[in-house]
Amino acid sequence: MGLDFSVIPKYIDIILLGCAWTIGITVAAAILSFAGGIVFAVIALYAPWLIRQPFRFFEWLFMGTPLLLQLFLIYFGLVQIGIDLPAFVAGIIGLGLHFAVYNSELIQTAILSVDKGQMEAARTLGLSRTEALRKVVVPQAVRAVIPPIGNNMIALLKDSALVSVIGVSELTLSAQRAIGATYRPFEFYLLAAACYYVINLAMEWVQRKIERRISISR
Amino acid sequence: MTDQTNFVEIRHAQKSFGTLEVLKDISLSVERGQIVGIIGSSGSGKSTLLRAINDLDPLTGGEVWLDGVQVNQALSHRQYEKHINQMRQQVGMVFQHFNLFPHMTARENVTMAPKMLKGLSQAEADKLAEEQLDKVGMLERIDYYPSQLSGGQKQRVAIARALAMKPKLMLFDEATSALDPELVEEVNHVMRKLAEEHMTMIIVTHEMDFAASVCDRVLFMDQGVVVEEGPPSLLFTNPTQTRTREFLRKHLEGAK
Repeated sequence: MGLDFSVIPKYIDIILLGCAWTIGITVAAAILSFAGGIVFAVIALYAPWLIRQPFRFFEWLFMGTPLLLQLFLIYFGLVQIGIDLPAFVAGIIGLGLHFAVYNSELIQTAILSVDKGQMEAARTLGLSRTEALRKVVVPQAVRAVIPPIGNNMIALLKDSALVSVIGVSELTLSAQRAIGATYRPFEFYLLAAACYYVINLAMEWVQRKIERRISISR
Repeated sequence: MTDQTNFVEIRHAQKSFGTLEVLKDISLSVERGQIVGIIGSSGSGKSTLLRAINDLDPLTGGEVWLDGVQVNQALSHRQYEKHINQMRQQVGMVFQHFNLFPHMTARENVTMAPKMLKGLSQAEADKLAEEQLDKVGMLERIDYYPSQLSGGQKQRVAIARALAMKPKLMLFDEATSALDPELVEEVNHVMRKLAEEHMTMIIVTHEMDFAASVCDRVLFMDQGVVVEEGPPSLLFTNPTQTRTREFLRKHLEGAK
């Protein structure tokens, strides 16, 4: 039997719902990874030693182990100590923290590359170091890292397929369900791929918009 | 103790980086409304001395007093942070490389600190920005970003930003050194205007003509000490020290 795309309309609502979950989880995790990235970067650079050291371990944990394992730990592991998260929440936290660590690396480098005269100028006006970081240094660093963070966010979208293994009916799992009912893997996986492609394009478009809005040149 | 100190008073300032001594026991006092110029070759310690006044480069020894309050007090870290932020609000500083905030417009550059630290409303802050930018002749560029401004314009905005905190004292660290020659005068003009308003100023500069025309007193520094000081009419025309004569002669040759 050849390809037969006529089965798709009957299952299109499952696939679209899957798309919605994928988009929702990706956007939520992206926001978490961005905000988390800023916080982690500031901790890594400026927190006292006692906070920085445990944080290093946490960073290593998220960079040095598979994302899949991290999702299992958050979803199945935390239950044992009484933290029972809905699967999609566990997915958002796992993806968000994982990519926050990667974003943090980018933001740290960007913070260090902001001219030190910027901090000096802010301090001479009377701002505290924290205020100067918040209003002057970090905003510049964040602007500089929007493009590479955009790349991370596309990786995040693709890795969101992993949350299917903890039972979130996102795009990949929805495609699998449709395949289970129709035995038409090629058609539905192709459809899912096309959906990822479109979401990807949309994300790139949003990224360009953001870049244009906040980009600065010295 | 308030009565015993001048408006700005530096006592036995000493600063070393490792074994390198950049300031060797410098004492200096400046009266309210006075304009003091500091000249000297690079590495003479003049910028370090200026930056010690608002503790940007903390001294390793000695005291800095501003208006009866010691700037570099020995306090606990937390208290010191609070104290120094208070002190710095009273001291405006202008840098060689402007250090404008590139992600903010001229207006935002000027209003950011007053809004944060003095709790100005947006309306009050806008009024302040218009006043200060008008003063430096940059009102028509109020919503421009630094990248859209020339060097001279950037420096004028930077001066407006410092003035917006209503400082008691202005420090200029080679404010025109990074400018193209044709842009120097517009910045000098603003500084002259401040001088006419009797703003207390300490000016580190390479421009002898400007120092001569604006300053009440000029200090010549070399190798971490003040070699000679006096009114510009004397120091520039009739220096007593060989090192001063040497420096001025070289500088004159360089200017030709």
